[in-house]
Amino acid sequence: MGLELYLDLLSQPCRAVYIFAKKNAIPFELRTVELLKGQQHSDAFVQVNPLRKVPALKDGDFTLAESVAILLYLSRKYKTPDHWYPQDLQARARVDEYLAWQHTALRSSCSQAMWQKLLGPVLLGVQVPPETLASTLAELDRNLQLLEDKFLKDQAFLTGPHISVADLVAITELMHPVSTGCQVFKSRPKLAVWRQRVEAAVGEDLFQEAHAALMKAKDLPPLDLAMREKLKAAVQVLLQ
Amino acid sequence: MGLELYLDLLSQPCRAVYIFAKKNGIPFELRTVELLKGQHFSADFAQLNPLKKVPVLKDGDFTLTESVAILLYLTRKYKTPDHWYPQDLQARARVDEYLAWQHTALRRNCLQTLWHKLMLPVFMGEPVAPEMLAATLAELDGSLQLLEDKFLQNKAFFAGPHISLADLVAITELMHAVGAGCQVFEGRPKLAAWRQRVEAAVGAVLFQEAHEVILKVKDSPPADPTIKQKLRPSILALIQ
Repeated sequence: MGLELYLDLLSQPCRAVYIFAKKNAIPFELRTVELLKGQQHSDAFVQVNPLRKVPALKDGDFTLAESVAILLYLSRKYKTPDHWYPQDLQARARVDEYLAWQHTALRSSCSQAMWQKLLGPVLLGVQVPPETLASTLAELDRNLQLLEDKFLKDQAFLTGPHISVADLVAITELMHPVSTGCQVFKSRPKLAVWRQRVEAAVGEDLFQEAHAALMKAKDLPPLDLAMREKLKAAVQVLLQ
Repeated sequence: MGLELYLDLLSQPCRAVYIFAKKNGIPFELRTVELLKGQHFSADFAQLNPLKKVPVLKDGDFTLTESVAILLYLTRKYKTPDHWYPQDLQARARVDEYLAWQHTALRRNCLQTLWHKLMLPVFMGEPVAPEMLAATLAELDGSLQLLEDKFLQNKAFFAGPHISLADLVAITELMHAVGAGCQVFEGRPKLAAWRQRVEAAVGAVLFQEAHEVILKVKDSPPADPTIKQKLRPSILALIQ
């Protein structure tokens, strides 16, 4: 059995891994884990990732969780082009800096925006108080400002002149609020231009393919009661 | 001007960077930024790091934030012994996996533990509801279990037979909870044994030195009103 990637393309980090693997023609078996059906709790999947999260990688006997770790593992094992994770000391440090920062910054804003604005209402029938949503969107806005001012600045990509894993991780996060109707790029021409560059570098077809499930999230049917209760408990924190 | 590290040993990630630099004989100027005095809000520091956080590295014109990025930069620039961030593909992936996971897991738990159990009541004079503290300690316990079951398992250290960055980042987090009065190693002989090994590998003297501040934090006098006002918003954001 070759490389297996356990993914649900509804998840931002899964999209980054998917795009990276496809773009670099890394051969893998796609194992879809449908989060909305609770498949991350199956006995089989728990063997692959006891943290019960996606993405997860299985390479022979070796299993690995955490999208950042997976992206770096793939870049090393498959010797992908340097720009994805540059050898240059300072350029690499900039990518590491972004990948570290985003966990508790952009990622959390985008997850909260997604759940509060779209998935909560659509799947769970939960309406979040307007002040909560407003505060989440304000936090998202602050993180977008940091994305522009601290990372992108006057560069073509987040950490320099070429696309890196940092850009992949960022763009897949931003598509989350985009799918809810948040106009993250409308009032931010600098970010909009960066988005075009990233999409062009990835390839439009691959980009669309990776985001197809997400863009249809608003048409998802509400979950059945059992699943609803289960999920509500799990995403409680994101709805606050 | 050589390498400068802007640190407050009150902060867990700062302790990891400090121990790593000292242990590896990396020459640096220590620039202390006292968080409880609000020194991270100074105009000078904001120039250096608009995110107003520690640790920060300054190497000539190159400024770097995020402890994980700083640790990786130091391993590469100073060519530290392999075990800290092993060349071996799978061992390195294990370190990356831990370093990614911890941001939103153990780090968050230990930070909340310190503030909910000690600093909010003692330093800020704001008692914390028992249910909130109970929830925080329960979450911490969950992470401790994962540390044992997923990350450590039956190995000497997280990535295998030798200490790595993962162990350093983990131990400095756990000492945060210890500083708050949580006996995280009690009733967890596996973790306690690992802690001894980590302390031995780091060196008892360096370990004590790095943890002096956090182990005395319970004796902090209450903050004066000006400081309280200054620090409050950022503390609340930090421990969310």
